[in-house]
Amino acid sequence: MNKEDYKIYVEGRATKSKCAKNCIFAFLIGGTICVVGQFLKNLYIYLGVIEQNASTLASISLIVIAGLLTGLGIFDNIAKIAGAGTLVPITGFANAVVSPAIDTKSEGYIFGVGAKIFTIAGPVILYGIFSGVIYGVIYYFMGVL
Amino acid sequence: MGTFLDYLWAFLVGGALCVIAQILIDKTKITPARILVLYVCSGVVLTALGIYGPIAKFAGCGATVPLTGFGYAIAQGVEKAVDEFGLFGALTGGLTATSGGITTAIVLGYICSLIFSSKPKD
Amino acid sequence: MRELIRLKKEPRISSYYSIVGSHERKGPLGECFDEYSSDNKFGKESWEKAESEMQRLALAGALKRAECADADIDALLAGDLLNQCVGSSYGLIDFDIPYITLYGACSTCALSLGIGALLYNGGMANKCACVTSSHYCSSERQFRFPLEYGGQRTPTSQWTVTGSGAFILGNTGYVKISEVMLGKSVDMGISDINNMGAAMAPACIDTLKRYFNTSGCRVEDFDLVLTGDLGYEGSEILKELLLRDGIDIRKNHADCGLMIYDRDKQDKHAGGSGCGCSASVLAGKVMRDLESGALQNVLFIGTGALMSPMSLYQGGSIPAIAHLVRLESLNGNIS
Repeated sequence: MNKEDYKIYVEGRATKSKCAKNCIFAFLIGGTICVVGQFLKNLYIYLGVIEQNASTLASISLIVIAGLLTGLGIFDNIAKIAGAGTLVPITGFANAVVSPAIDTKSEGYIFGVGAKIFTIAGPVILYGIFSGVIYGVIYYFMGVL
Repeated sequence: MGTFLDYLWAFLVGGALCVIAQILIDKTKITPARILVLYVCSGVVLTALGIYGPIAKFAGCGATVPLTGFGYAIAQGVEKAVDEFGLFGALTGGLTATSGGITTAIVLGYICSLIFSSKPKD
Repeated sequence: MRELIRLKKEPRISSYYSIVGSHERKGPLGECFDEYSSDNKFGKESWEKAESEMQRLALAGALKRAECADADIDALLAGDLLNQCVGSSYGLIDFDIPYITLYGACSTCALSLGIGALLYNGGMANKCACVTSSHYCSSERQFRFPLEYGGQRTPTSQWTVTGSGAFILGNTGYVKISEVMLGKSVDMGISDINNMGAAMAPACIDTLKRYFNTSGCRVEDFDLVLTGDLGYEGSEILKELLLRDGIDIRKNHADCGLMIYDRDKQDKHAGGSGCGCSASVLAGKVMRDLESGALQNVLFIGTGALMSPMSLYQGGSIPAIAHLVRLESLNGNIS
């Protein structure tokens, strides 16, 4: 059996993820996180915060909740079931920042926590900001023309 | 405190965005880390094309809480900054708009590293 | 050396000692292990130090049981999964024994027994100590993600065992090593870190085919063909592809990665892996059965995936290796 045939054979027989079940949990838990966000946003508006800030504040609140759950060792147990349901909302970003921070403290606060805090979230920030800059330049020249 | 429809749309749109990612994880070889990058960039592109704004209008946090919303915030921030400061705004807009979230995450990350230690899954 | 090595001077396994973490303790073999730590920390402040402590405890336990002092041992063969094998180097620093570090990923236990047997066979060593370990937490950090990272594992992924096993080879004991066959590294182009069983199975097939072609033995001659640790995916591939070549090991095959956990109840997907997996299963369970005579003839094949996170990011596939040692019971009374 050559490499190509072996690859096809392995992929053909590999145990598959339970996609339907995973999708249901991702939908329910992901949706619920957004509803909690919506509730917080409405609450902040009710308390007198302007809408733009209320939305940001709702995301920040979710970051704090997810970060603390990560620290307490609960987040990964939820994520095991939720999959993309906790990964895609801003909770996944919080977990991606907090989990390496906690994990690397045994290597110290400079080369451990300081250097490794963005190992997982770094790509999101890099490519998000980078595509933003490209869009900004295009947006500027579209306005000039 | 918002209408029932606010919550329903937030739930459906937010849930749907998660399901798309779940399908990509389970059915393709794309790793979760790549999917997050894809989501943020898609958020920027969809906002630039004028598609994401209307979705965010009716779905509220269903559109702003998922990572596409992070891209939406970056794109919106860039537009606002360019309107205000010209080309210079392309450099400042993205991080300004997302500074709250990023700062919270890193401050929290540092504080958590002082308090907590990692444990294996139960 | 190229093919099967029949030892003229056969070493015996004089003593052995196993030590595991909490998940392994809760598994089907839980009661078999000599020692465990309920918090997986073994009283240390970092996971890497915990792994080193496991090695220290395992070797100390085996030496004590063999009634040996450091000075009685001619060579110490040890390995683990951490970069530069620091798990072994720090853990075993206090032992006054000439020290050889081995890296064979999950095959290291079989490799250490094989090399130890060769040293004994060649008259270089009258007594050898072989120690290997792996720790879920230190491996996860090095090869995958931070422990608290919220991710979903794919069903084909294996779970690194927290455990260590130590063996003393010498001229006393009821189990002997009679044959050694060193593996060749085999790369069939698999690059998925979440399906290491599939990456390792071809190496195991290569070694087993070479063994059965050159030894004159048949599969029926063995009570057990024990692989460590292909997990569910790798074991199924191994059995199926060997069968296509006319070698049927379905009746007497077992895999350490499948023995150590209850995969469904403990949510361990394709089973266990890591150098501590085959070491602890061998020292905890299989050695006891060989000593009692319940098992007479065991073909033990350690399989290892020889990649690093960097090689994978650079697009490399996973080379694998499988080392074989034959273990025979000297206790003829089948209980």
